[in-house]
Amino acid sequence: MSREEEIRQELFDHTLNGHAPEVKALTEEALKLGMDPMDILFKALIPSLEEVGRRFEKGDFFVPEMLIAARAMQGALVILRPLIAETGAKPIGKVVIGTVKGDIHDIGKNLVIIMLEGAGFEVVDLGVNCPPEKFVEAVRVNEPHIVGFSAFLTTTMPMFKVNIQALEKAGLREKVAVMVGGAPVTEEYAKLAGADHYSPDASIATRMAKQIVGAAQAAENAALTQAVELIDKTLKKG
Amino acid sequence: METILRSRSREVVISADRPFVMIGERINPTGRKVLAAEMKAGVMDRVKADAIAQVEAGAQMLDVNAGVPLADEPALLVATIKAVNEVTDVPICIDSSVIEALEAALGAYEGKALVNSVTAEDERMDRILPVVKKYGAAVIGMSNDETGITMVPQERVEIARRIIERAKYYGIPAEDVIIDPIAMTVAADPQAGLITLETMQLIKEQLGNNMTCGASNVSFGLPDRHILNAAFFSVAMHAGLTCAITNPLVLEVRKAVQASDLLLGHDEYAMRWISAFRADQKKAVAAP
Repeated sequence: MSREEEIRQELFDHTLNGHAPEVKALTEEALKLGMDPMDILFKALIPSLEEVGRRFEKGDFFVPEMLIAARAMQGALVILRPLIAETGAKPIGKVVIGTVKGDIHDIGKNLVIIMLEGAGFEVVDLGVNCPPEKFVEAVRVNEPHIVGFSAFLTTTMPMFKVNIQALEKAGLREKVAVMVGGAPVTEEYAKLAGADHYSPDASIATRMAKQIVGAAQAAENAALTQAVELIDKTLKKG
Repeated sequence: METILRSRSREVVISADRPFVMIGERINPTGRKVLAAEMKAGVMDRVKADAIAQVEAGAQMLDVNAGVPLADEPALLVATIKAVNEVTDVPICIDSSVIEALEAALGAYEGKALVNSVTAEDERMDRILPVVKKYGAAVIGMSNDETGITMVPQERVEIARRIIERAKYYGIPAEDVIIDPIAMTVAADPQAGLITLETMQLIKEQLGNNMTCGASNVSFGLPDRHILNAAFFSVAMHAGLTCAITNPLVLEVRKAVQASDLLLGHDEYAMRWISAFRADQKKAVAAP
């Protein structure tokens, strides 16, 4: 096994176990060896966070494990992000998300954000107790692919419909996919409220988001562009 | 400070000088699909069975929530309370954030109920507290406001103080406001438990009101939740928690509450601890 292969595997393992210092050190070592930032991201970090999501979905992983894995990955992203930005690679999609008005529960929403960012999405977090106007404004300004509404109470779930009507009124409904979730929410309720998608947990939400933006393809394209650019650069140097 | 709740024939006193009051939490359709479907269809067998089982397990009051999505909550809440009253006569904690539902349930209730709950948000206080006053009920005040939940204990105390003052303005005495200092999961923030406990101590020292909390929030997202919840009860009761909306059917929780009552001097000669032991022993013999 080459050192590069070892690094990928070690990054995967240490991210999975939430070892932030190791992930940071390995990322630095990888870059020193000349590894491509996109390679580090797509072949080690993202697969690892996806594995975290799978284990969480199955009930093998618990909330704190998800949080420390995400924190470990964040440490690497801080280093990689400017390098990737230099190359002009774009995030695979944009999501605006918040907890609806009257509701201040944020753990579920925050887990969704972690998974989305880990998967390469740009996420605009509107926080909790978020009124319809704020969602409408954020959709108008950010032009996301998806807007996500989170509600933890049966009494705040009706805000889904209110938010969707506000988007309709603003003429933005057709421009964005609406995804909803939260403890008491069901598929049936999501449909009745007029949402496009319902997801029962963070991992599934991320998978759906990828489907929505055709992200698998987008990611490949980004990696390809990156590869072409690198080859160009190398050729010019030579 | 004593908070007195009543049904037609029973009275429950919540106070730091008395044994802890468990308010049974099971009659709540959130996350219970079968129960939700039955309640919506007007089938109350499970509601009644849950009521009986919780009271047998030591619940002195029962929380009743009828928040079934897409249902007529005021009518359903009244019907659910009526069903509970057919099989038990413990005071009720009326649980809804729909004001029409609270008002309908309070209107139909005979006795002095506990309303769950109001926050320090101006709009909520000014709508809910007059209704609480009108029906002579008591109310749970959650120590959060429009800005969310602060992680600074003294700030939570100030928010609680605001609710108590607003209640007084509407004619509700301080003893009829039970404060919820808010428990959050230690899965997301390892300091969350300590912050809640410190808030409880400050409320005990500075306000003296009775306190309740959603204790099982503490363990959200973690394994072995019952044991964590039970441990939380022990430390929270020492910090000033005097009642809680919880599940008395969980052995760990029930035992932790009984043991803490004894350790904190609320069980003379351990009589309740011993009789609970005998009751369990009898059950074990009766079981095949």
